Amino acid sequence: MTAADDSPSPKTALDGTAIRADFPILHQMQTGADGEERRVVFLDSAASSQRPQQVIDAMDEIYTHSYANVHRGVYQIAERATNAYEGARTKVASFINAPSANEVIFTKNATEAINLVAASWGRANLGPGDAVVLTMMEHHANIVPWQMLAAEKGVEIRWIPVTDDGQLDLSELDTLLDGAKMLAFTSMSNVLGTLTPVKELVAAAHRHGALALVDACQSVPHLPTDVVDMDADFVAFSAHKMMGPSGLGVLWGRMELLDAMPPFLGGGGMILNVTTEGFTTDAVPAKFEAGTPPIAEAAGLSAAIDYLENIGMDEVRRHEVELTAYAMRTLTERLGDDIRIFGPAEPAARGGVLSIELRDVHAHDVSQILDEKAVCIRPGHHCAKPLMRHYGVAATARASFYIYNDTDDVDALADALVAARDFFAL
Amino acid sequence: MAGLEDLYREIILDHYRSPRNKGELETPPATRTEGFNPLCGDEIVVYVDVDDDGIVQDIKIGGQGCSISQSSASMMSAAVKGKSVEEARKLTTAFKSLMSIHEANVGGDGSEAEADPDAELDPSIKLGDLEALQGVVKFPTRIKCATLSWNTLSQAFDEAAAAN
Repeated sequence: MTAADDSPSPKTALDGTAIRADFPILHQMQTGADGEERRVVFLDSAASSQRPQQVIDAMDEIYTHSYANVHRGVYQIAERATNAYEGARTKVASFINAPSANEVIFTKNATEAINLVAASWGRANLGPGDAVVLTMMEHHANIVPWQMLAAEKGVEIRWIPVTDDGQLDLSELDTLLDGAKMLAFTSMSNVLGTLTPVKELVAAAHRHGALALVDACQSVPHLPTDVVDMDADFVAFSAHKMMGPSGLGVLWGRMELLDAMPPFLGGGGMILNVTTEGFTTDAVPAKFEAGTPPIAEAAGLSAAIDYLENIGMDEVRRHEVELTAYAMRTLTERLGDDIRIFGPAEPAARGGVLSIELRDVHAHDVSQILDEKAVCIRPGHHCAKPLMRHYGVAATARASFYIYNDTDDVDALADALVAARDFFAL
Repeated sequence: MAGLEDLYREIILDHYRSPRNKGELETPPATRTEGFNPLCGDEIVVYVDVDDDGIVQDIKIGGQGCSISQSSASMMSAAVKGKSVEEARKLTTAFKSLMSIHEANVGGDGSEAEADPDAELDPSIKLGDLEALQGVVKFPTRIKCATLSWNTLSQAFDEAAAAN
């Protein structure tokens, strides 16, 4: 397919154009410096997704009619606020098949969720001679909290390497896990899109007596999630990547672990009693939710889960595999040897995330030309500098898909990449 | 592609395609200083050899980056080579002013504040080719690309001064 070809692009499982009707931010046009108006093509959902009117309305409803602090007031407005907040907890639990809603802890984001585990469980359970195993494809959110713990407690950090085609190299897994106390890994790389073998990794960790934490930020918004089937000990993700609001993340953990862990942040809402001598903590999840929580945000996440469940997570996944396959095929056809797509070659082995290198044109320059065409992608290291170093690149240009994208968006991306290549042709 | 010509002037693309003073210098006598743009991961290395009279005898640029950071570094290297450290520092101030950053407002953490409209510049400082980069100001996220090499050079001078 070329830019001049007017034949309609193939359809995928979901009708992106129809879904975009629910997303007001995607209705806007962007005027380029050439004076031409273009529809905004949003391809940066791996960083943060957009949200439908239903999510905006749900948050609006809280602030308009039902806002008060939660868990305290006995008046009707406060009860509605508490019901919205706790209802969101129940909805999240059901969405990820958590055995109990009390195992769902609301945090600021996935980063805070991982910091919670590293600081609370880590400080209480790890010391010199203990090891934490990470992978080379982790986001900084699942690296730095463990490095902070390592610096404080003398814990060793070990790394599962990646292969050149973007898979985890598990050949030395048993050696790496020998004597380890924690395996913390991503379920889907935010740079390569690689889906990691979650169940295999969790089972290996357990075989060695280690716990398993899954950074599921990139997979929960895009695939069916079942924490019981994963058999993980902790799972972290963020609302803003699944059409919910920013400022809200989730930590799911096994109750017996959460129960035994010391609190993370101290303050109101997490105590049973406070005296001048000290304090006692409330039960999980309150123990880990100090201070006024993100109330309207929780209602927004609830609406986002409704929206996703209405479509069906299997359909979301099918749509994204088809769109990714179309994108990989189209970009390769249009740009040939001028483009390098990082990560697994097989679309079914990855999520809808394409990190690319366009000849020797820097990702910043690629993104600048794409912005002129109203195509929004992300240049940079994607908070995964160890992985970038492995591939010997400082930055990639990353396009990522969600339910509101369609093959028209992929065609716009391909057109814009051709323009960028031609602009910087040496 | 109209509009982008403001950003990507021909002279910028020329320096990007054929960077001047690319390479390494032996340390010592030269100093080696790394600069990072945490936003995009660009890493630049500035090698600078300052003689006893405070003259930049030689300068080489390493690392990788986008067209804006690479061309800015290339033009910078050509502009400061053979100049005194004092002149190079004045040029840095003038260049940052062109980028709407006034030296006095640059925080100790390298953060860059709004331009001071009352800033006085030494009129004898001529930016020459570097003025081609002024279009960057219209693209605020790219200002850090343009200033990366200059901040690294300032740090290199500081380190060279501390070493002597």
